Amino acid sequence: MSYIIDRRLNGKHKSSVNRQRFLRRYREHIRKAVEEAVNKRSIQDLDRGEQITIPKRDIHEPHFGHGKGGVGSVVHPGNKEFSTGDRIPKPEGGGGGGAGQGNASNQGEGEDDFVFQISQEEFLNFVFEDLALPNLVRKELKEIKEFSLKHAGIVSEGTPSKLNIVRSMRNAYARRMVMSSSSRKKLAELEAERDAILADSSAASEEKAKLVWLDEQISLLKQKIEKTPFLDTYDLRYNHHVKEPRPSSKAVMFCIMDVSGSMTQETKNVAKRFFILLYLFLNRNYEKIDVVFIRHHTSAKEVSEEEFFYSRETGGTIVSSALRLMEKIVKDRYSPDQWNIYAAQASDGDNWDDDSRICRKLMEEELVDLVQYFTYIEITPRDHQSLWHAYEEVQTNHPKSFAMRHIVEVGDIYPVFRDLFQRRPHESNQ
Amino acid sequence: MSRTSSKKSDYLSQGPDWTFELIQKYDEEIAKIAAEFGLDTYPNQIEVISSEQMMDAYASVGMPLGYHHWSYGKQFLEVEQNYKRGRMGLAYEIVINSSPCIAYLMEENNMMMQALVIAHACYGHNSFFKGNYLFRTWTDATAIIDYLVFAKRYILECEEKYGIEEVENTIDSCHALMNFGVDRYKRPVPISMTEEKARQDEREQILQQQVNDLWRTIPITEHSEEEKKKERLFPSEPQENLLYFLEKNAPLLKPWQREIIRIVRKMAQYFYPQRQTQVMNEGWASFWHYTLMNELYNRGKVDEGFILEFLQSHTNVVFQPSFDTPYYSGINPYALGFAIYSDLKRMCEEPTDEDREWFPDVVGKPWLEVLDFAMRNFKDESFILQFLSPKVMRDFRFFGVENDVLESFIEVKEIHNDNGFQGLRQRLAQQYNLSYREPNIQVQKVNLYGDRSLILKHTMDHGRPLNDDTIEVVKHFKRLWGFDVRLESWEGDQLAQVYSSDTLGEL
Repeated sequence: MSYIIDRRLNGKHKSSVNRQRFLRRYREHIRKAVEEAVNKRSIQDLDRGEQITIPKRDIHEPHFGHGKGGVGSVVHPGNKEFSTGDRIPKPEGGGGGGAGQGNASNQGEGEDDFVFQISQEEFLNFVFEDLALPNLVRKELKEIKEFSLKHAGIVSEGTPSKLNIVRSMRNAYARRMVMSSSSRKKLAELEAERDAILADSSAASEEKAKLVWLDEQISLLKQKIEKTPFLDTYDLRYNHHVKEPRPSSKAVMFCIMDVSGSMTQETKNVAKRFFILLYLFLNRNYEKIDVVFIRHHTSAKEVSEEEFFYSRETGGTIVSSALRLMEKIVKDRYSPDQWNIYAAQASDGDNWDDDSRICRKLMEEELVDLVQYFTYIEITPRDHQSLWHAYEEVQTNHPKSFAMRHIVEVGDIYPVFRDLFQRRPHESNQ
Repeated sequence: MSRTSSKKSDYLSQGPDWTFELIQKYDEEIAKIAAEFGLDTYPNQIEVISSEQMMDAYASVGMPLGYHHWSYGKQFLEVEQNYKRGRMGLAYEIVINSSPCIAYLMEENNMMMQALVIAHACYGHNSFFKGNYLFRTWTDATAIIDYLVFAKRYILECEEKYGIEEVENTIDSCHALMNFGVDRYKRPVPISMTEEKARQDEREQILQQQVNDLWRTIPITEHSEEEKKKERLFPSEPQENLLYFLEKNAPLLKPWQREIIRIVRKMAQYFYPQRQTQVMNEGWASFWHYTLMNELYNRGKVDEGFILEFLQSHTNVVFQPSFDTPYYSGINPYALGFAIYSDLKRMCEEPTDEDREWFPDVVGKPWLEVLDFAMRNFKDESFILQFLSPKVMRDFRFFGVENDVLESFIEVKEIHNDNGFQGLRQRLAQQYNLSYREPNIQVQKVNLYGDRSLILKHTMDHGRPLNDDTIEVVKHFKRLWGFDVRLESWEGDQLAQVYSSDTLGEL
């Protein structure tokens, strides 16, 4: 006697809890691997899983067992030329190869690394672990201008467009049941009475007369039941909606980059990686993200992504042109009431000396109030120039919405990014 | 022409595809044949699963449900990775020693494989679980699923109450000592979940009391010198079941920790028979899938394509690579077990003079009885010692070697010839003896009145020292015991090495 059961529809991720436990236990290893991967990977494929390698000794589960040494004894199959008493020399210095070891279970367990795959989701979780978007909370609570309609039950008054047909019909049905119930009860009684008389062949004429009366009553009752209105005004029910304020889930990210002659392709790549990280990060927090690319030398221009990263131009550098353009775009298209505005600017620090002062002014007077967060990264192995110093003052005056960091090489990107967006304890209280 | 067509209509199926109706038909047919051969089985529960679910099952040592632990996650990741890379195929079957006996069929397999697995698992392994003395003594097939449910829920509750980290640490330490959590000689009394739950609360209280009593710090006034001496010897006899000893005597453990030790111990005990009957169990199942499937063919239930495909699979299962091929990874238990059972059958039916000399008890007896006896009353070690015939040793071309670390060579001690058979058989049997494979470590002494330190004694066997993990395991032992632990390695009367927890640092 056997039971045959189809279990294929049961969940197939029975082990997922154990898997999570494992990831939790080795999060340090994984985080390190993720950090390396972020720096190593090409930009396009940051958004996928990662292979994690952990040295086997680190995850080894210890057990008592026999070690090497003593007299090992073992039986092997497949003898070809050996006979009793043969002595097979051990390989030099190898600690005894496979053939003679007493403990077969201890063999074959080399110092291989333990390799496994984490999914894209998990990968990004590790990348952005403990990071938070600055000023996110404040925005959500303060400047809400958007509303969404939310279902809030059923009411008996409303406009026809919100009629809830099912509920209305259900009410009508119930009302009809109730209103006609006494008539129907009576009808059933009379009908039973009439049937009894009809069935009784020996009925007297007196009763026959009653039959006529009965028929009359029955048809009257039937009429009454039929007259019960099918649908009445007080059956009607309407869906009720309330307006609920909705925090904006839209964000726009401005990528601003200097493309003057001094910016090499390598510097641009560094910048690009930083932008990608920021984009992925925003992506996890907002439903919709617009990206605006502004590149500038002496004048600024809004361009496509392709053009932004790969076309080359030469010329001087006037940073303020880009800031002006950004401000204009914000005013035209991205009202701060509805959009969360983030900006990341990358540059090698070159600027016309005069211009840095203008930048600072523009920043402090216009942009800082518009954006959620403005980050500036300077990618240069050289000393800082006037722009850095100008921005430094901005940072001191507006530490909450402006931040700047210095990047020398690719390896710095991720740490700098983490540093910029590190969840700060006081932030959650705002 | 008419004969062949009438024979054709007898086939249970044709073509590779399986359906639930077909599985049922095959199962009924195989059950019928198995019953004719006298196989006594638990009822079967055949579950069709996908390959992902098979990987899940792998990761939880084949059990349908288990408590959560990171090590199972690690196992899962390992299996998944290997499978995805094509380094490893999934096993055909997993079967669980329970009543009803649960066997998994993978949906990817074709009809022939499903039939093979049914014959192998549902009738081979199943009858072994029900018949072999080790399983009969040590496991209670009807209670295991209940107990797993209990264990899983209990550990989940502990995690909620005391935190995942805390619970995980305790389980880690228990797992490290798992192989030393079995009673080798005492007989267990199986109980069901309800009993277990009722007894658990009771146990918690009483245990704590007893432990407290053992560690009583109030001085007992009226003690003669003699009594004191006697009391100092604790435990009164060395204890081989380390986890049991810890559960009952560790002074600082909380009640829930004792319960977790107990759960791990129970699991170890449950798997103990399986570890001792690999060759017998797999051999038995292979012998019967081979016999049952061939019988299906003989009765015209399956066609030539089916049986040829089966034979190919079977040959792969019982293939034994030679020691010098790259595929060699020790003796294949399926191959060895299958060969021994098959040879027993041969000796019953067509004995040679050699067999008459070596196996006078077997020759000429009805083979079903002989095999049944061999299945029921042995474990790998004794099974090999009893039934490994010279013919099988010759066929496998076995040879025994000894490797003394102090020598610069490995010596061939016996080969498959008349002089060697006896010694070879003993050597092979020893290889399957758990007490040879695992070191002999016992709780020797507890310093009751001093620093509560504990001494473990390792008795060396063949001069083999302990492995590199030892220090780690001693730390785990210390974590459960709560005070210093010393592991002494003795070779005869000589103290060879000491692993002491106070010089090791914390975990």
